[in-house]
Amino acid sequence: MRPTTPLHRPHPHESARLHVTGGALYVDELPEARNARIGLIVPAGVAHGRVVRIERSRAESAPGIDAVLLASDIPGEALIGPIAHDEPVLAGDEVRYAGQPIALIVGESLEACRDAAGLMRFEIEELPATLSIAAAIAEESFFGDPHIIRRGDVEAALESAQTRVEGELSTPAQDHFYLETQAALALPLEAGGWQIFSSSQNPTEVQQLVARTLGVGRHRVVCDVPRMGGAFGGKESQGALFACLAAIGAARIGRPVKLRLTRREDMAMTGPRHPFWSTYEAGFDRDGLIQAFKVATYADGGFSLDLSPAILSRALFHLDNSYYIPTLRFEGRICRTHKPSTTAFRGFGGPQGMAVIEDAINRFAERTGRDPTSVRVRNFYGEAPRDRAPYHQRIPEPRLSRIHSELSADAEVESRASEIAVFNAGSLHVKRALAFQPVKFGIAFTNRILNQAGALVHVYRDGTVQVNHGGTEMGQGLHTKMQVVCADELGIPLDNVRVMRTSTGKVPNTTPTAASSGSDLNGQAIADACAKLRARLGPVAAGMMGRACDEDLCFEGDRIATTDAERSVPFHEVAMQAWLERVSLSATGYYATPGISYDIEAGRGCPFFYFAYGGAFVEVALDGRTGRHRLLRVDILHDVGNSLVPSIDRGQIEGGFLQGVGWLTCEERIESPDGRVVTLGPSTYKIPAAGDAPRELRIRLLDRAGESRTIGGSKAVGEPPFMLALGVVTALRQAVAAFDGRTASEVELRLPATPESLLRAIETRAG
Amino acid sequence: MNFDATNRWVGCFTQPADAKQMKHHVIRITVNGDRHTLAVAPHWTLVEVLREHLRLTGTKHGCGTGDCGACTVLLDGRSVNSCLTLAVEVDGREITTIEGIASSGGELHPVQDAFIAHGATQCGFCTPGMVVSSVQLLATNSRPEEQEIRHALGGNLCRCTGYTKIVEAIAAAATQGEEAEG
Ligand code: FES
Ligand code: FES
Repeated sequence: MRPTTPLHRPHPHESARLHVTGGALYVDELPEARNARIGLIVPAGVAHGRVVRIERSRAESAPGIDAVLLASDIPGEALIGPIAHDEPVLAGDEVRYAGQPIALIVGESLEACRDAAGLMRFEIEELPATLSIAAAIAEESFFGDPHIIRRGDVEAALESAQTRVEGELSTPAQDHFYLETQAALALPLEAGGWQIFSSSQNPTEVQQLVARTLGVGRHRVVCDVPRMGGAFGGKESQGALFACLAAIGAARIGRPVKLRLTRREDMAMTGPRHPFWSTYEAGFDRDGLIQAFKVATYADGGFSLDLSPAILSRALFHLDNSYYIPTLRFEGRICRTHKPSTTAFRGFGGPQGMAVIEDAINRFAERTGRDPTSVRVRNFYGEAPRDRAPYHQRIPEPRLSRIHSELSADAEVESRASEIAVFNAGSLHVKRALAFQPVKFGIAFTNRILNQAGALVHVYRDGTVQVNHGGTEMGQGLHTKMQVVCADELGIPLDNVRVMRTSTGKVPNTTPTAASSGSDLNGQAIADACAKLRARLGPVAAGMMGRACDEDLCFEGDRIATTDAERSVPFHEVAMQAWLERVSLSATGYYATPGISYDIEAGRGCPFFYFAYGGAFVEVALDGRTGRHRLLRVDILHDVGNSLVPSIDRGQIEGGFLQGVGWLTCEERIESPDGRVVTLGPSTYKIPAAGDAPRELRIRLLDRAGESRTIGGSKAVGEPPFMLALGVVTALRQAVAAFDGRTASEVELRLPATPESLLRAIETRAG
Repeated sequence: MNFDATNRWVGCFTQPADAKQMKHHVIRITVNGDRHTLAVAPHWTLVEVLREHLRLTGTKHGCGTGDCGACTVLLDGRSVNSCLTLAVEVDGREITTIEGIASSGGELHPVQDAFIAHGATQCGFCTPGMVVSSVQLLATNSRPEEQEIRHALGGNLCRCTGYTKIVEAIAAAATQGEEAEG
């Protein structure tokens, strides 16, 4: 490591000072938003219906109202969507979920708009609605064909297996609950131009869909993302609708329009994580090795396609989690229902897939009275032939065994396990349990096209630098990492590098900031731009030092030096000299991840660039009287390669883990029988609070973990830790079983494992 | 009947206020040391007045129902949810928002320094409320136990950090405050 590089060292978030002083600006509070008119979306109230009549004239003439827009008022294309264009910007003839935007009111204030909304009348003829996965299966209401991955003769292998475990598992929806709700601001500019500000992970898609909705070329629209107050996938595709609505409102009145959803609106109008329902059969041999795994899984896609095919693929690609499965058949389908369109959420189907095999292993261990940790470890990927994923990609260097053994020592597993046994023997009402959870997560967009990125780096004559890249900042620390990469590449101080807000006018045709790939892709693009700048500045510096113009130089410590360190010149002097010599000080960078391919028909290919690994030991205490549990201690060992910024990566691990705990234990999205979400705020939809975090959380980053071919040897970190929370379920199942002490009997635990669900699980066993 | 369903649903997102009909009240408040005289409608909340009228946008709006803490401010030195506080209620009182936590010279409060140093912010949206709640906690309890910190943050939700670094930051700020006194 070079002495002055900021790489691989802890740094505060680049906006931390702004965060703590209240100076960080989000879309709603940009200066450009000051004189904007306000948009209010009117949601339709039935899950499925035919729009007979909408009465808007009284609303239109209400005080302070500029316009009331319906589907027929959209100037361009009325349908948007990230893969298929199947989502109406406003519901036209048909309502397809309760909460679907049906009208847009634009006025001087939110109050005026609300008053006007109360004056509108909607006549909608209610139609039968499909409101569950079971109903969709019965009605054969699906998007597309099944996605199938298979290997070997699974039926024969199941037949000959020593133990055969059958089960079914429902994994719940999860609301993103980013603290900043969806927001967008649209400003009409001169000459038919548009400036959009969007709280979006995907400004390019916002640009594209706004242009489409307005019926103009993409060159007319620039979309900027200042920063987001959290996103987690919920602003990958679903921010675009609100930007399009702001834009059509602004186009109609010729003035800027701003939209910011209330929490209720956000939770009703936007879609959550896909609920999945899966049935499976797993066959194990007498050593506890998995012989066969057959899974049929159904994802509730909601009313539109959104990103569901990619999410389903990732779910199927993670049905193996960390385990080698010799024969298998995985089949997945996307159900079409009358619900908000489910969408990307940290893990992107991965958690839903992994939950299935973890359930199978838990049941097998419970039924046969084996130690679930040993079953897991025994089934890890390893040497050939145990190194092939279900889709046939080779798993080159699984770090699973190493993680397990190092973490077992760190977490003092042996002594704690006996301590827990003693505790449980003496405790009637509270039982403790300790469980292990490994994670293997594939990194890359499984859609090859998306694995590309661009950057634009400007060096100014005083030696300071602006870096633009295609990624967006949602709190994950991407801009901090990119600042560090750029400072390292040019050998200049961190303070001399400024990361600019994301803009489609600076870096075009970008990929969403998603799939944990933000720093992998954009970091490489920035490195590419910096390499070009070094190649241009080198000869200038060499000339200044009287050396040959092709001499190798070092960029380090804000200077450019000869490799023998005999001569050096300050970076800023070289920048000035370059300008005088008419050398360009601005460069674009580009990166395309090599080697990604997948054949969906065959269910084979290399959908991932590499794999990220992690492990957790989770200890819980469960109170059998109340069903309440506590996370007593969690030890995590995570493989982030050579961390670009370790402090940021730790934050991702801590936050991702607890978000996973929320999904599996406390977040319950409830719908009325006629399909309306009733948990529309934090009073009824419980995300983890400070008291729900583990009492003790010990995190270590795996050392000697550098990855070749990635930026700085680092690995992606955004999503993988989320799935470590599956260990909480295993621990809770063991705690439930500890109440009666019966071995060789399975636990029936419904997810999320709320206190009610845990009490039911205890009672079920008691009979 | 279907007609009713949609209109009822609309009703649960809109609270017609008959804005134009309502009489405004004049209030005098001190915010971060500055005095303001404002005419406010009886249903306006403090968070709206701070954000929309005084342009103090550091205070965030996360739920509007008193459940997330993003809108926390100090009212006469005690933390309140400004989304549940009506502007008319605070007539004559003193309010400190996140913008008023650092000294006027820009010197950060130890809690703010600790949040930065400990990586306690990610997206930053919960941070103003978290900082204000922590400042209030340390003002009343200069050496809180870890459980007391978690308890004090019970009304402040964070979706990003998992809370660990926030709790660490507050504990560190408390220790630092103690050292400074000693
Ligand atoms: S906005 Fe006030 S508590 Fe959430
Ligand atoms: S830092 Fe994002 S909500 Fe707390």
